[in-house]
Amino acid sequence: MTAVTAARRPGDAGDAVGGVVPREVVRPGTVEEVAEVLRAAAAEGRAVVPVGGRSKLTWAAPPESCDLLVDLTGLDRVVEHVAGDLTVVAEAGVRLADLQAQVGEAGQLLGLDPPEDGATLGGIVSANASGPRRLRYGTTRDLLIGITVVLADGTVAHAGGKVVKNVAGYDLGKLFTGAHGTLGVVASTTWRLHPVPPARRVVTLEVPDAAAAGPLSIALARSTLTPSAVELVGSAGGAARLIVLFESIAESVAGQARAAVALLGGGEESEDLPGDLGRRPGGADDVLLRLAYAPASLSAVLAALPAGTAVAAHAATGVSYAAVPAAEAADALPRLRAALAPHDGTAVVLRAPEAVRDSLDHWGPVGDSLDLMRRVKERFDPERRMSPGRFVGGV
Amino acid sequence: MTTTAGTTTAGTTTAGTAVAEPVRSDRTAALADRLRRAVGTERVLTDRTQVRTYECDGLANFKVTPAIVVLAESRQHVVDTVRLCAEAGVPFVARGSGTGLSGGALPSADGVLLVLSRLRTLSPVDADNRQVTVEPGVINLWVTRDAAPHDLAYAPDPSSQLVCSIGGNVAENAGGAHCLKYGFTVNHVLGAEVVLPDGEVVHLGGRAPEHPGYDLLGAFIGSEGTLGVATELTLRLIRVPEAVQTMLVGYSSVEDAAGTVSDIIAAGILPAAVEMMDALAIEAAEAAVSCGYPEGAVAVLVIELDGPRVEVEAQFAQVEEIARARNAFETRIAADDAERALMWKGRKSAFAAVGRISPSYFVQDGVIPRTKLPEVLTEMKRMADEKGLRVANVFHAGDGNLHPLVLFDDAVEGQAHEAEELAGDILELCVTSGGSITGEHGVGSEKRMKMAKQFTPEDLDTMQLLRCAFDPDGIANPGKVFPTPRLCGERPGVRKGEHPVQAAGLGEVF
Repeated sequence: MTAVTAARRPGDAGDAVGGVVPREVVRPGTVEEVAEVLRAAAAEGRAVVPVGGRSKLTWAAPPESCDLLVDLTGLDRVVEHVAGDLTVVAEAGVRLADLQAQVGEAGQLLGLDPPEDGATLGGIVSANASGPRRLRYGTTRDLLIGITVVLADGTVAHAGGKVVKNVAGYDLGKLFTGAHGTLGVVASTTWRLHPVPPARRVVTLEVPDAAAAGPLSIALARSTLTPSAVELVGSAGGAARLIVLFESIAESVAGQARAAVALLGGGEESEDLPGDLGRRPGGADDVLLRLAYAPASLSAVLAALPAGTAVAAHAATGVSYAAVPAAEAADALPRLRAALAPHDGTAVVLRAPEAVRDSLDHWGPVGDSLDLMRRVKERFDPERRMSPGRFVGGV
Repeated sequence: MTTTAGTTTAGTTTAGTAVAEPVRSDRTAALADRLRRAVGTERVLTDRTQVRTYECDGLANFKVTPAIVVLAESRQHVVDTVRLCAEAGVPFVARGSGTGLSGGALPSADGVLLVLSRLRTLSPVDADNRQVTVEPGVINLWVTRDAAPHDLAYAPDPSSQLVCSIGGNVAENAGGAHCLKYGFTVNHVLGAEVVLPDGEVVHLGGRAPEHPGYDLLGAFIGSEGTLGVATELTLRLIRVPEAVQTMLVGYSSVEDAAGTVSDIIAAGILPAAVEMMDALAIEAAEAAVSCGYPEGAVAVLVIELDGPRVEVEAQFAQVEEIARARNAFETRIAADDAERALMWKGRKSAFAAVGRISPSYFVQDGVIPRTKLPEVLTEMKRMADEKGLRVANVFHAGDGNLHPLVLFDDAVEGQAHEAEELAGDILELCVTSGGSITGEHGVGSEKRMKMAKQFTPEDLDTMQLLRCAFDPDGIANPGKVFPTPRLCGERPGVRKGEHPVQAAGLGEVF
């Protein structure tokens, strides 16, 4: 029998992933221990679900089975931060907040700001989580420059590197981004950093009808202004706030905020970030959806949501979050998906109350590349043991 | 299963050897007949003098004459060609404008070269979504030309942008001078229609920024034609910035120029571009295009900032101050677009210009962490001196992407070999300095043997898993990227139900 040195214990209800309680939980402390754990799991044919800060465990369908929960929070080292190169290497279990604090001492930041408390880098990569500043910095696929993964059979593989510009070999980092642990375990990550902007200015405009934010967002995106974020917070068919965030040197944010007020035809200027900036809408009784669509169709997307739905939109990028009351979700979801389709739009269930969770199609239609995705899965995880059933089309 | 394609390397040559002859066989003759019926006789070339036109791309010291050339004019032609190749087990290589510098479009001697340069349709610009959909043969600069009336632009700007195609840019994940701020091709392609190596058509990505499922688009871009052929691409456009300012700065030492770059970054400034040329590259550019670079400069920087006017003006003044503190002896600021163009002309013509000062040269493409620049340049000089060769340096200094040009004279016995060796040693220096063997030219035919310097066998095997999912028979651009060909084996079966070890009551290690 294979020896496993990592700390382990029986799983309990607190470890459940989408209601599935793992038989056992293991907490490796190094990349080598992750490999050892996966080799042992392979020898025994165990179904494995990797987790980090557990802040987004609902963001995928429940696994069909989970013999072994691999808790990656033990891989918590910031391996190398080279301020002069604006790069950092950090293990998967490092919390984003901790990384930001560390690189922040050098006046730098990682351009990711998903709002989930306690999120780790591995979890952010695996769930492809993002926040308001994706408008400025992009998402994981734009910032991750290197990755170390452990495959289902325990193979440790690297791709990318420690330099920002690099086209040698396939970019496996992109493949593992948003893969929800179905191709292997993300063990270490290397990122491009940005300088922390010295000044900030926020313009907030109250709009009586959220749909009015659609044309305003297009106007902002087509202007020469360079906001870090354009957020819409409110309800479909109801009132909303449009929040435009400028981050740069003092002269620039002051000038841009004035120009934004002129372009929007109004708005209040402030230096303070709204406390709820980027917060996902709704509560525990709602079904939380992530909508993605061609960016100029925000008004159409808002019109397609049931009236009164709480919405938080990254208004200039084509991504919104909507909270639909659980009782309405089963009816609303197919209608919404049909309405989004002409805008290349999709709706993904991120969180659903237990009562309705298993009745919803988490991912929705995937298009003509689903079979290719299945072939990728079969090559990386031929025994189908990595987070089985969590992903699109039952992958 | 036919797997010969995966091991076909008969066509690849090493630098300096004669052109590999096309391999004519009954198999390719029969395929040519089927191709003519499918796409039209006039679009299928097998005549030796005609197909020789396509024997190399921008890396002219690798030459292979393909058995068959297909000049596709529609998506259907691509689908038909790829499907017939798959049925016959014959390899195919896609080609755009043929400007690649790593031999990525080097033909297979027993295969089909699929030319996409006639697929040149641009759809109207979707200004509100800041997108445009184009065919793969569209020239890079045409996209910005069409976008300009909407105050939009396509950000990736490789030096060859007057002639290189979008399809080729996607295959190589092309960069350019402005990727320090704006990123690479992969950051600017939203969607692709792809013909897989079995002829199936799939759509990866789209017009929305995200889609459920794996990011196969991200994996496809930069895969150098080994995963399929793109027949349509949706590109993200950027708003043209309010202001652009460019300066040319002359230095008496490379260290001061490199130090300026570090200080700019340390000041929290992200320029649109920071380009550096050394004395030899400056000499070449002067000889070729009379760009009027500062006389006596040992190094020059071209620094460009863009963005909102107030921001650019404030940061530009800051950069001037930084350069002065680093002993810049001359700083010129472009007063208008014409002056800016002249500053860039010297830089963009640098590769070709080297031909003015040396009979032959190798263009190299490697990456190092920006902070290692001074020590790597010193070491490179030492290595060149040791061989009695000269190296001109042109690079995207902001992101550590070096383009050393190794100069040599063919007429001198053995010098080409020495130069090739030096070019290879420089790449290894990049890797041992924590960098990469290629920043934008790709691995192609040229550097596939170097992949093993940068990646472990496990890394390469894992990358091959992806290739096998797309191309199990290994017929899409075989012999590129990877140092050794690999057979994929059968498509793995999906095991359902209880694992045999569990069923046997084992599995209690944990």
